[in-house]
Amino acid sequence: MNDRFNLYRFAAPATFYPLAGKMIPWFVAAGILFGLAGLYIGMLVAPTDFQQGEGYRIIFVHVPTSWMSMFIYLVMAFWAAIGLAFNTRLSGMMARALAPTGALMAFLSLWTGALWGKPMWGTWWVWDARLTSELILLFLYIGYMALVAAIDDPRRGDKAGGILLLVGVVNIPIIYFSVKWWNTLHQGSSVNLTKSSMAEIMLWGMLLMALAFWMYSIAIALARVRTIMLERERHTDWVRQELAGDSQ
Amino acid sequence: MIYWNSFSDFLAMGGYGLYVWGSFGVTTLIMVLEPIAVARNRKTTIARLKRQLRAESRSTEA
Repeated sequence: MNDRFNLYRFAAPATFYPLAGKMIPWFVAAGILFGLAGLYIGMLVAPTDFQQGEGYRIIFVHVPTSWMSMFIYLVMAFWAAIGLAFNTRLSGMMARALAPTGALMAFLSLWTGALWGKPMWGTWWVWDARLTSELILLFLYIGYMALVAAIDDPRRGDKAGGILLLVGVVNIPIIYFSVKWWNTLHQGSSVNLTKSSMAEIMLWGMLLMALAFWMYSIAIALARVRTIMLERERHTDWVRQELAGDSQ
Repeated sequence: MIYWNSFSDFLAMGGYGLYVWGSFGVTTLIMVLEPIAVARNRKTTIARLKRQLRAESRSTEA
């Protein structure tokens, strides 16, 4: 415990717990601000789309939730790799804290996609590459949560879950490139590093909404990991102190 | 600046109201319910851990 200047110190639950608690309100505030700005631009200022009319406005929730569903999975796979390689305690907790939010984002991606597909394609659902691989992503999240919940020893659960996450990560490039690799009903990507097919104002609305979803996901995952930490570390002194004090 | 002429235009979304508001509605619902669920889980977990801690300290004192 004399490694005061060690960066790894922040990976210790006793240090990370109060830090996370302090960060949450800032992420919530940033999320609300980005969300309000994004909704204002996307729903009130941005003009109509010449092809899709007002229906295109679903993009302001569809794209951010889809991005988050993929990105959260990548972050979980990253923590799984760290956990399996270095046997760190925090990584398994982080992966568990992110999973429900990732699953909800995948669900929202499919839900808003269905509501967008119905008026534009005439169907709620097709078994095409993009939609099917996103559905598999939702199943991967659910499978991960069921697996870690079914194993009583949390550290063993983390390891089994970690392997599932690492195997499933192959699905992420499949989702991302599915619109390029296969003929699909789904439109190509709206945003590229080099060029974008969207009007600038629409792009701004979408990026602000994406930032809002980022902030939301970080805040909710930090809140969830704090509870997991208390539970997992309940036999340590710092949790006893935390519980003896008026922790909220 | 504002694109819409009237509030009813805004609600109608050019005929896509059901789809647009169905998307935003369910997204909002989840973003309200998830934090509530997390907060509730935190409360019950802390209460349970405190109970366990008290029970443990009683058994060691005895």
